[in-house]
Amino acid sequence: MKNNFISFVKKESLHILRDKRTMLIVMLIPVILMILFGFAISTEVNNVNVAIVAPHRSDGVKEAVERLASNDYFTFLGYIDEEQADEYLRSGKVTAVIVFDTEYDRNVALAKSGVPVKPVIELILDASNVNTAGSAAAYLQSVLLGSASEQAMFETRMLFNPQMKSAYNFVPGIMGAIFILVCAMMTSVSIVREKETGTMEVLLVSPVRPFKIIFAKMIPYFTISCIVLVTILMLARYLLEVPMSGGVGGIFALSLLYLVLSLSLGLFVSTITKTQVAALLISAMVMLMPILMLSGLLFPIENLPKFFQAVSTIVPARWYIDAIRKMMIQGLPIIAVWKDCIILLAMTALLLAVSLKKFNDKLE
Amino acid sequence: MKDIVISVRNLTKKFGSFTAVDNVSFDVRRGEIFGFLGANGAGKTTAMRMLCGLSYPTSGSGSVAGYDIISQSEEIKRHIGYMSQKFSLYNDLTVWENIDLFAGIYGLGRADTKERAVKLLRRLNFEQERDTLVGSLPLGWKQKLAFAIATIHNPEVVFLDEPTGGVDPITRRQFWELIYEATERGTTIFVTTHYMDEAEYCSRVSIMVDGEVRALDTPAHLKQQFAASSMDEVFRTLARGATRGE
Repeated sequence: MKNNFISFVKKESLHILRDKRTMLIVMLIPVILMILFGFAISTEVNNVNVAIVAPHRSDGVKEAVERLASNDYFTFLGYIDEEQADEYLRSGKVTAVIVFDTEYDRNVALAKSGVPVKPVIELILDASNVNTAGSAAAYLQSVLLGSASEQAMFETRMLFNPQMKSAYNFVPGIMGAIFILVCAMMTSVSIVREKETGTMEVLLVSPVRPFKIIFAKMIPYFTISCIVLVTILMLARYLLEVPMSGGVGGIFALSLLYLVLSLSLGLFVSTITKTQVAALLISAMVMLMPILMLSGLLFPIENLPKFFQAVSTIVPARWYIDAIRKMMIQGLPIIAVWKDCIILLAMTALLLAVSLKKFNDKLE
Repeated sequence: MKDIVISVRNLTKKFGSFTAVDNVSFDVRRGEIFGFLGANGAGKTTAMRMLCGLSYPTSGSGSVAGYDIISQSEEIKRHIGYMSQKFSLYNDLTVWENIDLFAGIYGLGRADTKERAVKLLRRLNFEQERDTLVGSLPLGWKQKLAFAIATIHNPEVVFLDEPTGGVDPITRRQFWELIYEATERGTTIFVTTHYMDEAEYCSRVSIMVDGEVRALDTPAHLKQQFAASSMDEVFRTLARGATRGE
């Protein structure tokens, strides 16, 4: 009966190939997401508009302003009066106003000689966007400090991602989300579609074993996911210049495991739903939300309340994203993330076992 | 008794406290067209599913094509054909691909598949539609194709669950010609239908009301027994006593 398995794989492939629109979406969404998150959406501080209040434009002030103006991250809009500062910030013309003390030069000199003095530079920031304000404040300080003081300071070195590129952070997260979307959603919908149209009934009356029907469905989707995986890795490596110093082999192997996990998840969804709409909703909403919120994709898991930290342990994407980050950015080999691998493996086994048991050859 | 293809004794199916099929017994002979009639909700589909190995009976026993419906459902599946009330071919595959798929499912070899597929297309006069997507065929054609595909592996019994729902009278007539042709080749037909004129075409008819078989005989005898001029009248007389709604 090997013959009927091949017939099934052929049939599933034809379904996918005939449905050009869906295939196009599946292939394009990852690319769009990668570009979107890689370039457009970022937590980096870019193009921060800055105005300066400096009643006394001394040499020290001019030097500081020059350094600021030559920095790509800031756009120097010019000097303004102190009374204008409020209006500039309110209207959103600037994100930050820097106020230099009239005694700037003298105070800097005093500070250098070790005399404690009052703050000489005041930073006023529009904190309506907390992230931007925080990063801008930190970055402005480091740029301005060079002139303000030669005092012993912390020397900070950012390991693994010295330029603080947000793409490094997002790529593993997007991978975690995309495969769940593509694999889980597509397999569950394709199985439930057959329940809806009645073809599943005919298949179940036939001598084909249910597990064959299911594996035959998984194979073409697995193939598509592999193509998507290669596309994402290429984009990450060559377009977003993510280092992947831990070796592409390990990243690939772990991703394949995650693909199988996602397919099993789709299978599981198909066993608990009866309509395509329900399958779609469950895969899109019920699964995507935890991935976005609880996987470390957007918010660090350490920052979550204890309860949600506990919930996050059952979100597969959490372990995958964690492992991929370590391998891609920190350059660890796959051995170093064995714990994540084992958890993912166990989840896959559990999901497959439960779904195959539920998807038996009886209709009710 | 040698030519009994389907035999059912005291078959019962309960869903919780609801008895969908209540103590049903009957025999179907080889080569006959057995009409399985009943209003919606009378338990036809549930009974049929048990015969096809899609669900287990709560109690009672039965055999199809010589195999036990409880312990040998996998064997039964090899020896029956099935066509459901929903259209059950793949709309996004061509006529040929559908034939090829189901031939593969029933384990037919490549040469065998090709031979039967060509014959099937010729019989249906479908030779030009070989590479047409099934989705673009008219409903009547689809149903004829579905029937032909359900019998591609020469099954002993074919189960048809309201096969002509929504089909125009002319196509229905053609469909029944296909059914007759199949019985001439020795296939037994087990068919549920809503159309009483179709009941007249059956060799024997059983009428289910509230999960029980209330009548079982040839259409001629049934009409005589109930002093009715048509099967429609027979059915109405019996169904009037139904206590279950739709």
